[in-house]
Amino acid sequence: MHLILFFIFSGCCLAGAVNLLLQSHPINSALSLIVVMSSLAVLYLLLGAEFLAAAQMIVYAGAVMVLFTFVVMLLNAGVEERTRGSRIARVIGFPAVVAILAVAATVILSAQGLTAAGVQQGITSTADLSRVLFHELLLPFEVTSDLILIAVLGAVALARKDGSAERQTGK
Amino acid sequence: MNPILGHPIPISWYLLLSAVLFSLGVVGFLIKRNIITVFMSIELMLNAVNLSFVAFAHQWNAVKGQIFVFFVMMVAAAEAAVGLAIIIAIYRARATLAVDRIDLMKL
Repeated sequence: MHLILFFIFSGCCLAGAVNLLLQSHPINSALSLIVVMSSLAVLYLLLGAEFLAAAQMIVYAGAVMVLFTFVVMLLNAGVEERTRGSRIARVIGFPAVVAILAVAATVILSAQGLTAAGVQQGITSTADLSRVLFHELLLPFEVTSDLILIAVLGAVALARKDGSAERQTGK
Repeated sequence: MNPILGHPIPISWYLLLSAVLFSLGVVGFLIKRNIITVFMSIELMLNAVNLSFVAFAHQWNAVKGQIFVFFVMMVAAAEAAVGLAIIIAIYRARATLAVDRIDLMKL
């Protein structure tokens, strides 16, 4: 059962990620990214992370992707024009991607401690998670809430129409 | 082996999936020419790293790995808000979303 679910949703994940690259319209890319994130939520459930699965659906597949699709529609982003890309990307970027993938795959496949994995099926309950979060990591949690507040203020300041610039140009 | 939960899946498969997703994110970052799609590729990379965090947290029964993913999610949400606001500001200033045309600081 786990195996079947893993194959179905990892396949969805990879298909969505490849589709993100192939689509030329940003809204199609955004929708395939939603597929990737929803499949990842199921994979989190398979790994026993129930709170993270819910958070992945609500925060990523919900809030963040709504923000993305909203911006795509707001800016009326059309089909992207394909160019040859930069020379640095071709010379350094793509070999680096291959190198990263090769090194990661080699390390993962040759890792010794990982062979017996997945036997103990521990489900981390939200209660356990929040106990650690609010007892030992309360300060980072609060600092992160400040970070989000500052980010929201910064987003509003960046995205609002700049009144002073219009006055200077005499509009 | 627990008969209800079925065959255990090796953690290395999750890690491989995570590595492949991360590489796809990097490729997308390199080949996409729309600034919004480039930003989506960054989100894809963050998600790939989150998957490997959750896999390792499961492997060692460590709750802190999952908490790290929680923090990554919060920071990513803040980053998405600021990044999209910057994209809106760029569009207002340059009236384009193509990264090739936003090249004032290019050498």
